[in-house]
Amino acid sequence: MVIRTLSLFLLLGVTVAASASAAPSSIVKIAYVGAASSRSLPQAWLDQPAIDDGMQGARLAIEDDNTTGRFVGQTFQLSETIAPDADHAVAAVKDLLAQGQRLFVADLPAAALDAIADLGKAQGAIIIDATSHDDSLRAADCRANLLHTLPSDAMLADALMQFLSVKRWTRILLAAGPTPGDKAYADAIRRSARKFQIKLAADKPWTYDPGARQTDTGHFGIADESARFTQGIEYDVLVVADENNDFGDDLAFRTTLPRPVAGTQGVVPTAWARPFEEWGGTQLQNRFLKLAHRWMSERDYGAWLAVRSYGEAAVRAQTSDPAKIAAYLRGPDFAVAGFKGTQLSFRAWDGQLRQPVLLSDARALVSVSPQPGFLHETSELDTLGIDQPETSCHAK
Amino acid sequence: MSRKMMLGLCLLALAAPAAAEKLFVSNEKDNSVTVLDADSLAPIATIKTGTRPRGIVLSPDKKSLFICASDSNHIEVLDTQSLKIVRTLASNPDPELFDIDPAGKTLYVANENDNMVSIVDVAGGGVTGEIPVGVEPEGMAVSPDGKVLVNTSETTSMAHFIDIASHQVAGSVLVGSRPRFAEWTADGSKVWVSSEVGGSVAIIDAATHKVLQTIKFPIPGIPAGQVQAVGMALSKDGSLAFIALGPANRVAVVDQKTYEVKKYLLVGQRVWHLAFNGDESKLYTANGVSNDVSMIDVKALKVIKSVPVGRAPWGVAVAP
Repeated sequence: MVIRTLSLFLLLGVTVAASASAAPSSIVKIAYVGAASSRSLPQAWLDQPAIDDGMQGARLAIEDDNTTGRFVGQTFQLSETIAPDADHAVAAVKDLLAQGQRLFVADLPAAALDAIADLGKAQGAIIIDATSHDDSLRAADCRANLLHTLPSDAMLADALMQFLSVKRWTRILLAAGPTPGDKAYADAIRRSARKFQIKLAADKPWTYDPGARQTDTGHFGIADESARFTQGIEYDVLVVADENNDFGDDLAFRTTLPRPVAGTQGVVPTAWARPFEEWGGTQLQNRFLKLAHRWMSERDYGAWLAVRSYGEAAVRAQTSDPAKIAAYLRGPDFAVAGFKGTQLSFRAWDGQLRQPVLLSDARALVSVSPQPGFLHETSELDTLGIDQPETSCHAK
Repeated sequence: MSRKMMLGLCLLALAAPAAAEKLFVSNEKDNSVTVLDADSLAPIATIKTGTRPRGIVLSPDKKSLFICASDSNHIEVLDTQSLKIVRTLASNPDPELFDIDPAGKTLYVANENDNMVSIVDVAGGGVTGEIPVGVEPEGMAVSPDGKVLVNTSETTSMAHFIDIASHQVAGSVLVGSRPRFAEWTADGSKVWVSSEVGGSVAIIDAATHKVLQTIKFPIPGIPAGQVQAVGMALSKDGSLAFIALGPANRVAVVDQKTYEVKKYLLVGQRVWHLAFNGDESKLYTANGVSNDVSMIDVKALKVIKSVPVGRAPWGVAVAP
């Protein structure tokens, strides 16, 4: 039964390729898989992540795909699976694979992504990781069937260091939080600082636990700690690694010297930001607001890009065959527009989507990297992150 | 009052030669249209409009200038003689770019947020129909015979050929990423479509809906990503095409017959839309980031002059 359905899709795919617009509709099925437990609630009480963070981006993109598909006889279907935790998500993907599902969009932690990519039937499938920044997934832990739409930590760090280099703010104080994510982000900052000759004036772990800061005098303790933490150090910018939003917002204006904050808080390198409106970005912000009744987050943007990438590949390659879509996605002809003023495509060596990175605070766009003047022999976008000669991804 | 105005008009008529033309520029971030003398580029007037004016188009008799006030969700009609906004036409949300049929009776409007082309009756002032198209419709061009409408949709990356009589999409042609603008050749045989992110122009055969040629614009020293084809102007005699290249700050001059790029003209920053004057001896460019317009001598293929206008100039048009 499963096989028969599949072969029917294949037949329809061929029909579409043969005659452009009058062909009967053929179906491209995309499965969105997430895990509820992968979400962590920040200490800060503003901007709690929405329950449908990420998913709404996929929903908007499936609408966009279908509007396009209508003209070429293709229909795009999105199924949504939110498992209680990562293990259940892996199990859910196993079931979907057994039912013939081949195109996946994942909002999952690194270990679960690798577990899914390694499943037996996943070898003919493609998984687009829509929400992780994890460098290891683009390096030693990479997989041939795993692509990434959000910029890696290395790309984010390079985007920031290029900007600091242009501003000649070349001495940083790094405040690294305690979680594995914070440590990975801090590692990326250290590597990037070396790459762009930014000096680490100090590299300190942030260990202070403010306890109950909602008490009436909570802000005194945090202000004192931030002043102590930054005292006696000559630096230009305080770079913070706090992926969960636990303390990074408490640093600005409490430092001993008046210094700007950047990194996971302050001026943030990111794929998407609320103030962003260039290159038609206003249109995407508007369409998203209309659909989701909230602002588009970076994770929503990652999922939007993932589902749009499938749509773009299916339409351009004129196929609904998942294997052909997967091949086209990784091929040299694939490009998707992501409201960044340039074409985005997947790096052949590690499956990372090359893209400009925004530098934004909560209310205004500060800059966009790559910064002018950082040159590259093939694409300036590849001045951000791990380039082909230095990659440690050897998945084939 | 009216006598004073008459006197003013008389003086104007005396001061300017009979063929004097006016250049209209929509300023997206100033909510205004700047009017300049098309020869000297001297300022004549600044007219307040609705919010976020973008696309502007002239009626065939050039007596009315239609202005898409995108964030006001309507279209305003400027009398090109009195320089007053005389009417407001309804539109569906977020009108961005549009075109008018050769009879001057109907406007076809791209509603960017709605994935719709709306049909606006100029006389009645209301929306009389809608045609569903791709995501973020933008470029609009009615064929010289008034029978076919071409619309480009930015996220869908297609040019849709719409039969005006039946309102049916007769064909959809895949082009480069983010197609922004479409223009018919004067003989109605081909349609040129510019793609902003693709940085290319596709020339489509109007009968077969096949892409005949795709033109790229490699400019030494300019990163490929900065070459973004947007506004276009095709000369009526079928000889030259001018393509605005956005943040490359240049206008490409292309031979309409051989598709060869003859020259790049350096204008202002983020050059957006283009317009000829009446006899096509001059071409004007709206430069969105440097907040100015440039005037090009079409025969000499030289930029003669640039003058400041409002913030984020978007569309240009020239009327007597």
